Amino acid sequence: MYEVIAFYIFSALTIGLFTVVVMSKNALYAMSALAGGMIFISGFFFILGAEFLGVVQITVYSGAIMALYAFGMMFFDTTRDVKENIRCKKIAYTLSILSSILLIVILCAPLFSQNIEALYPSIQNAGNIQMIGLVLFTKYLVPFELAAIMLLAAMIAGIVLASKKMEMNLEIDEEFEEAKDVK
Amino acid sequence: MITLTHYLVLSGILFSIGLAGVMRRTNLLMLFFSTEILLNAVNVGFVAVSKYYGDLTGQMFAFFIIAVAASEAAVGLGLLILWYKRNGSVDLTSLQMMKG
Repeated sequence: MYEVIAFYIFSALTIGLFTVVVMSKNALYAMSALAGGMIFISGFFFILGAEFLGVVQITVYSGAIMALYAFGMMFFDTTRDVKENIRCKKIAYTLSILSSILLIVILCAPLFSQNIEALYPSIQNAGNIQMIGLVLFTKYLVPFELAAIMLLAAMIAGIVLASKKMEMNLEIDEEFEEAKDVK
Repeated sequence: MITLTHYLVLSGILFSIGLAGVMRRTNLLMLFFSTEILLNAVNVGFVAVSKYYGDLTGQMFAFFIIAVAASEAAVGLGLLILWYKRNGSVDLTSLQMMKG
């Protein structure tokens, strides 16, 4: 009973917040709504009994990624409304029709495939975190280490890219404003 | 009673919201937000399948997707800041010309 209520509340909130992310003109509102949506997504993980993934979702998504975006947005002017000139309506309509057909096929696929078998079935009398540890450090050890290397490379790349020309930030902006005035 | 179909339909709705965002937005920062929505929608579907078939592979996949999303955000934001310093705009139309 509680599961049903929680599912509907969380789904309504997530859909609403993500719609705000997609439709909002203000970048700050979009980011806050995205952070809220991430937290409600972790609520689904807790309902589904995946506590470890729920905690990871809160810490990594709402904590790390949203903080990263918040720091990144300090470089951009966020008080102004986001100007977007949308052209090529025809291409957008064609793409949306094609993707809706694709989505229907994707959504119908699990209804026809009833022959899914559990490769790594859940172990009795073991918690979710214990089971994840057992599977992650036996069957998925190599992907786990590759993910660690990938995160390290991404961290170094992020630092190198963002810190390039850090001291001449303002001058370039002024030059750009002058160039715009000339135009 | 909530079944697997409920979760898959929810995942599909969230995914289509993200797709609409990817097609509608021209601001690169907003495009990044839309890709995060796409990844989260897929994660919900994976974890639901993992629960209802008693299989841990879905949760593992969602875990690796979160790792990929974190590194994508780091590299993408670094590139975005570099582009903003060089061009003064994060609009998608400013990327169309490759001036070198």
